[in-house]
Amino acid sequence: MNLAIINFGSGNLHSVHKAFESVSSDLSNPYNIIVTNDPKEIQSADKIVLPGVGAFGDCKNAILNIEGLHASLEVSVIKNKVPFMGICVGMQLLADLSYEFGTHSGFGWIPGEVRRIASPKEYKIPHMGWNEITFSDHKLFDNCEQGSDFYFVHSFYFQNQKNEHSIATTKYPDQITAAVCKENICGTQFHPEKSHINGKKIIHNFLEWKP
Amino acid sequence: MLKKRIIPCLDVDNGRVVKGVNFIDLVDAGDPVEQAIIYNAEGADELCFLDITASSDNRDTLLEVVKKTAENCFIPLTVGGGVRNLDDISRLLHFGADKVSINTAAVDNIDLVAKAANKYGSSTIVIAVDAKETAENQWKVFTHGGRKETNIDVVTYCNEVAKLGAGEILLTSMDRDGTKSGFDNKLLKAVTSKVNVPVIASGGVGNLSHLLDGILEGEASALLAASIFHFGEYSIGEVKRYLADNNIPVRI
Repeated sequence: MNLAIINFGSGNLHSVHKAFESVSSDLSNPYNIIVTNDPKEIQSADKIVLPGVGAFGDCKNAILNIEGLHASLEVSVIKNKVPFMGICVGMQLLADLSYEFGTHSGFGWIPGEVRRIASPKEYKIPHMGWNEITFSDHKLFDNCEQGSDFYFVHSFYFQNQKNEHSIATTKYPDQITAAVCKENICGTQFHPEKSHINGKKIIHNFLEWKP
Repeated sequence: MLKKRIIPCLDVDNGRVVKGVNFIDLVDAGDPVEQAIIYNAEGADELCFLDITASSDNRDTLLEVVKKTAENCFIPLTVGGGVRNLDDISRLLHFGADKVSINTAAVDNIDLVAKAANKYGSSTIVIAVDAKETAENQWKVFTHGGRKETNIDVVTYCNEVAKLGAGEILLTSMDRDGTKSGFDNKLLKAVTSKVNVPVIASGGVGNLSHLLDGILEGEASALLAASIFHFGEYSIGEVKRYLADNNIPVRI
């Protein structure tokens, strides 16, 4: 089984790679994990992870600038229903629109918009650090405890159009989407690769997920 | 609720952990990767490496340390020290850093802050500020490991880098660093009350109540400490239990 981590030049790829490798190596059938931007490799992957650090528009443009990348993701994820996980901006990219530094269109895979966190002055932006989540019944949260802490760092959040697509929330101080899912597509606002043991559970569950 | 973060900092010189008193008289405190793995297991919320290797000749020793740490510790890792340009940032991220802290280079060339934040995201860019009180309730930015005074006001500077895209400020009191007499909470409050990005308090921790004061008086989002952890005076667990007993939200 191949798992492709999409490399479009964004931030902490190495961290994501190492975390998935570490969790996968404990499985009875470890994945062959590749970090790639090659459309062919992506289309032959059994699972796809899209990490993302940076501004929404920059990430989107970086993806569009790699020939065939966006199209190969559409084929795998939308047409072939390959299980997909977006992390942080990689999750926000699933939305229709983002208002970060202008207005940018997203993949439009999960209806909703990405907006700036509107919090009172005493709440620093970015929302940075460990915050607890409340989740609904979903494979991604198997063996997790309600209220466990995950590592967040973001100034914008995914406002889902349909409540059913939000599978976890956190508070800062208003409720913010912490994870989304629609069919074979899931995403986390927090960084599982940086969330210690709790994060490893999410990665494990994604690797075992059969949507 | 968002937790207050406890960040053990490892000052690294030629691949070994050291901790200075007022930035001089360094004492060897061990292997950084081993230390990082222990802190990770004890429940540190993040890790920080500051490379204090003076010459750039031996910088690659740090990259190995970063790489090995990233393979073993699945919590955020900030690396700083001698970061001059986008290539330096890119290299550290490639080897496994999650955030990179910039100090002197940001003062010398403030455009670097915006460029780095645009390229790698605000969440990746920490601006480290060495501050010294030069008159009552006035702090100036120092550079080059605290050796060079500038005429830049700390609060003004922190505001400026936050506007340019810095995701976080690592604020070290030069007056307190290595003294174990507590954070400079007046300095912290001056910055945290005016700047809208998270501030990490650094410099001066000697005991548990100092940490609590950094949160209650300095209103820091995170606390950085080195020697109290390295020499086994307190474990991360002890620190967190103490803060939790004092109604501070921490991750346990």
